[in-house]
Amino acid sequence: MYRYDEFDHRLVTERVEQFRGQVARRLSGELSEDEFKPLRLMNGVYLQLHAYMLRIAVPYGTLSSRQLRKLADIARKYDKGYGHFTTRQNLQLNWPALQDIPALLEELASVEMHCIQTSGNCIRNVTSDHYAGAAAGEVEDPRIVSEIIRQWSTFHPEFSFLPRKFKIAVSGTEHDRAAIKVHDIGIQILKNAAGEIGYEIWVGGGLGRTPMIGKKIGDFIRREDLLAYLEATLRVYNMQGRRDNLYKSRIKILVHEIGAGEMKKLVEEEFAEVKARGALQLPDIEVERIKAYFAAPAFETLPDATPELDAAIARDPKFADWVKASVTAHKQPGYAIVNISLKPIGKPPGDATSDQMDVVADVAEKYAFSEIRVAHEQNLCLANVRKKDLYEVWKALDAAELATPNVGLITDQIACPGLDYCNLANARSISIAERISERFADLKLQHDIGRLHINTSGCINACGHHHVGHIGILGVDKKGVEYYQVTLGGAADETAAVGDIVGPAFTEGEIVDAVDTIVKTYLGIRKEGEIFLDTYRRVGVEPFKEKLYAAH
Amino acid sequence: MAQHTRKGAQFQAVTANRLTDGVVVYLTADNTWSESLQDAEVAEGKEAGDALLARGQHFFEPGNLVLDVYLFEVEKTDKGIRASSVRETIRQAGPTIRRDLGKQAELEGVHE
Ligand code: HEM
Ligand code: SF4
Repeated sequence: MYRYDEFDHRLVTERVEQFRGQVARRLSGELSEDEFKPLRLMNGVYLQLHAYMLRIAVPYGTLSSRQLRKLADIARKYDKGYGHFTTRQNLQLNWPALQDIPALLEELASVEMHCIQTSGNCIRNVTSDHYAGAAAGEVEDPRIVSEIIRQWSTFHPEFSFLPRKFKIAVSGTEHDRAAIKVHDIGIQILKNAAGEIGYEIWVGGGLGRTPMIGKKIGDFIRREDLLAYLEATLRVYNMQGRRDNLYKSRIKILVHEIGAGEMKKLVEEEFAEVKARGALQLPDIEVERIKAYFAAPAFETLPDATPELDAAIARDPKFADWVKASVTAHKQPGYAIVNISLKPIGKPPGDATSDQMDVVADVAEKYAFSEIRVAHEQNLCLANVRKKDLYEVWKALDAAELATPNVGLITDQIACPGLDYCNLANARSISIAERISERFADLKLQHDIGRLHINTSGCINACGHHHVGHIGILGVDKKGVEYYQVTLGGAADETAAVGDIVGPAFTEGEIVDAVDTIVKTYLGIRKEGEIFLDTYRRVGVEPFKEKLYAAH
Repeated sequence: MAQHTRKGAQFQAVTANRLTDGVVVYLTADNTWSESLQDAEVAEGKEAGDALLARGQHFFEPGNLVLDVYLFEVEKTDKGIRASSVRETIRQAGPTIRRDLGKQAELEGVHE
């Protein structure tokens, strides 16, 4: 894993000290709220409905056991003993007191963690594939580029006050688990015929009020040119992006207004200039230095066939269910990728208690090279587990309610904090997700339904990725009452699509039944081998509309 | 700041978040801030509402005790003062989830 160098260390420690002074001056009244707000946001401190909220960065979703234990500890000591893993692979604490945050940040810094790049109009924490380094067919571990981008972008003076926030995601496999096409910049790692590594660049994707799928402007940016190309893209956006209207300030609007062709041209012109200056060439030696941090762990040479695993599956049907949903093939024979569901039936998606975090940290230490990943689906992941250890891993996770066998199924939902916590919300999302989860709790039914992603957001900001859920649910406010608008057919992977609005919104009382109707309609018309999304793409919105609004 | 009350609301109270920890508080008749809505001063009619808000604002600046001071609509019921909107009910009583902890565990029945 990447270790901070001394420079990083000093930066983070200085930042904590600086913030300690700022908090003291705010509490004494020396700083007004207007002066303080941008400063607190730069340190990941928001104000929600009930308390402050702290967003802790987990760069590209990779944590060590030591770091996860520290997060557990902090949540216990400064919060109510739980945290919320988010779609941006971060961790949010819902209840810290402002006066405690400097001490909390100091503790975080002791494990090389911080809240930098989790807020404000800067380049945010880079996100990536939670299977990084473990997925079959991976061109290269996407965390190498992610870390290079992190180092380049942290406190980048030119890009600290962009027109709006800026999100970059990286995928190293053809199958996109990082939703790169709904990011401001999405990077797809490729290898050309000569075996060289390069990058496909997608720009102008995003969710929120105006959802857009990114457009490809770079086909194969050479490795040594990547930062120069990103710098060129950011510079074009920084100069041409709109600052007059908050709703039009993201790069997606710029790309939409001038067109992908013009965007490509502007970026290439700027790129030529950046390159001519030569300052941002990425030397091989630097890439190699960072690459070394993400070297594969010391895998044993094992046969892929694992009789003790097969025997356990045959013996214990509960374990078999879990393996079926949670375990994925690894590129290394004899190893597997383990997804840890943070979606117990009827509980808030993405929440983990401090005790659960400790269990995951322990299991990772014992069985997974002390490494944990956060998935954008708000689950955790152990990327490198020996297949013969899976039974022990399952027992430990199951004892901590961390083995719900629903990964990828209908109860594995994404939901933003919504009106239960969020100041901007129109309606609740978590409680809707909880009720949907209860409705579809039956595992046999879940397997029969197959892979189906339901994503819920409490307002149009779309933190819960509703536009790209196979079924998307958006909370709207009608005169102080919660309503829910439904979209169908969204996708966040390499076939990314924004869902279609199915019709008028449903009340809080109706929404779970509406989802049930959609699922039943699909089950009635699907063809052999189809998942919900396939059926939807084949038949379109009409059959669902008919059933949903039949009685109206 | 979004609107949390409406024109013609009969009863209103003033709420804010406490500066030190962000906790939801209500302005009381003796110019203190209470965590319980039941302690809030309830203003009847527009003028009394505006006066209550002005009193509350004073604790933001120059008072430096609270943030985001605003008026919201309430109802007087036989079970006490209740917020009219879902949002303010959740602010008053905590999230409707995780009923095992926090205010939502202490205030029986408020989310029913
Ligand atoms: C206090 C809590 C939060 C606030 C105030 C907040 C605010 C916002 C706002 C204003 C936007 C719209 C930005 C735009 O369109 O320009 C947004 C988008 C987004 N937020 Fe949040 N958010 C919060 C919590 C979260 C959480 C918990 C997550 C992860 C689960 C999250 C992930 C995202 C994502 C993925 C987007 C859309 C992607 C995009 O930027 O286009 N946010 N958020
Ligand atoms: S989508 Fe809206 S309600 Fe949900 S967390 Fe984002 S800002 Fe809050």
